[in-house]
Amino acid sequence: MILNMGPQHPSTHGVLRVLLEIDGETIVRLMPDIGFLHTGIEKTCEAKFYQQVVPLTDRIDYLCPMTNNLCYVLAVEKLLGLEIPPKAQWMRVLMNELTRINSHLVWLGTHALDLGAMTVFLYCFREREEILKIFEMISGQRMMTSYFRIGGLALPPPLGFFERVRDFVGRFPSRVDEYENLLTGNPIWMMRTKGVARITAEDAIALGASGPTLRGSGVDFDLRRDMPYSSYEKFQFKVPVATEGDVFSRYMCRVRELRESNAIVKQALEGMPEGPIKADAPGIVLPDREKMKTQMEALIYHFKIITEGFAVPPGEVYQAVESPRGEMGYYIVSDGTAKPYRVHMRAACLANLQALPKMCEGGLLADVVAAIGSIDIVLGEIDR
Amino acid sequence: MAWPRAIVDLEELKAHPTVAGLLAWNRAAVTGVKFDRDEMTVCIDRSHIREACTWLRASAECDFNFLSDITCVDWYPAEPRFEVVYHLLSIAKKERVRLKVKLDSAGPAIDSLTTIWPGANYFEREIFDLFGIRFNGHPYLRRLLMPEDWEGYPLRKDYPVEGYR
Repeated sequence: MILNMGPQHPSTHGVLRVLLEIDGETIVRLMPDIGFLHTGIEKTCEAKFYQQVVPLTDRIDYLCPMTNNLCYVLAVEKLLGLEIPPKAQWMRVLMNELTRINSHLVWLGTHALDLGAMTVFLYCFREREEILKIFEMISGQRMMTSYFRIGGLALPPPLGFFERVRDFVGRFPSRVDEYENLLTGNPIWMMRTKGVARITAEDAIALGASGPTLRGSGVDFDLRRDMPYSSYEKFQFKVPVATEGDVFSRYMCRVRELRESNAIVKQALEGMPEGPIKADAPGIVLPDREKMKTQMEALIYHFKIITEGFAVPPGEVYQAVESPRGEMGYYIVSDGTAKPYRVHMRAACLANLQALPKMCEGGLLADVVAAIGSIDIVLGEIDR
Repeated sequence: MAWPRAIVDLEELKAHPTVAGLLAWNRAAVTGVKFDRDEMTVCIDRSHIREACTWLRASAECDFNFLSDITCVDWYPAEPRFEVVYHLLSIAKKERVRLKVKLDSAGPAIDSLTTIWPGANYFEREIFDLFGIRFNGHPYLRRLLMPEDWEGYPLRKDYPVEGYR
């Protein structure tokens, strides 16, 4: 029998359609059907100035806007050969890890909800709300932050920002204990997740899976530690790895990542360097409002950046960062003008989704929901 | 910090382990090299891409076991018009390499990598969908993101940004 799941289905986390060929309760074949959210962002980028692409990157993966901002600005900065001041780099790490916590909380809440544990969802969204308020405080937006800009940050952190983050970081580990109390040792949770939707390390690598989906199968690889960017090499953190390759392993990886991310935010708070938050590159970075209103030269630069952008030397770069879902990569080709010739996003979810048939085929119909939840898909990123 | 000038001379890059390995494996397959902004690019002849990737994956000194990404760039109206770009990653050596294959505008086609990395499936379907490049030996070459009955290839440079109206 052929069964259609989605595109409108609460457990498909967006608009994913899955075609299932079943024999009784067993999955014979599974085929994801995607493209319902395709908006042509890669094409749109080609018609925008470099700085105008930043807000588009938020909208690809709406659960981790800062990670996408970071990946894009790092790629453009690499094309330009810009040096970013230490404070901006540390702020980027801090915000990036808060984003990871935010994204993992949405995942944990909805994944648990899919499998029937409703309380966890409410607990997770309680903490997520606080992170969104922190985002609003620093960037004026709860979700589409666009806080990282080419050459640095949009604004200096406001008064009271660090206290608020410190407050959150102090409280958060006990909250993770709460989630774990509800799930990790819970017999129903273990029955729904242990030994379900397995994938081996070889298969995961061959299918291009990355992030927790890869680490859940025992491959110890994390771009933050192994190919560091934005001063991640100055932070101490562990990379959680689990060996079983089932839903429970991926769950454990992400829950332990919550704690590690929290530790990174703590380190970023403690060692936050002083100094400017923007690179010294007048033709590329917008001048301060103060200077723009008092100095002729700053006003001219401001006008030129806004009206005609800035030329980027010809060339191409591929910059990858570890997003909450895996390897998020931006491939940017410049032809020497103020608009990118080609912007390509390597979406972690698109590759991870290819692992879904391997996980589900031969398993039970009810476990498809667990498997989809465990690879943490965001359809905005898959369809772009 | 300005980047040093890009190196495109094969003689200067002969010592790079990936280039040296590829040259020793098959000199005819390598049509060009570029080292720019700390990234290594190797241009591969169109008919050798599958063997080159098989070799890069299997050889112990390169060990590029992970296919990060495949994409395409349209250089319309220049010829050869299309550039298919592969990004490979070595998880053990923590290194990347970029492979490029140039294709003419008339009936662009290239060998599929799905036999080496099944994960190439979606990437190649996406390129087929948005650029109209055929992948020989692909198990299921259908449109991925656009509707089945869509006309034209949206990411080509001669396709207007706002679409045909």
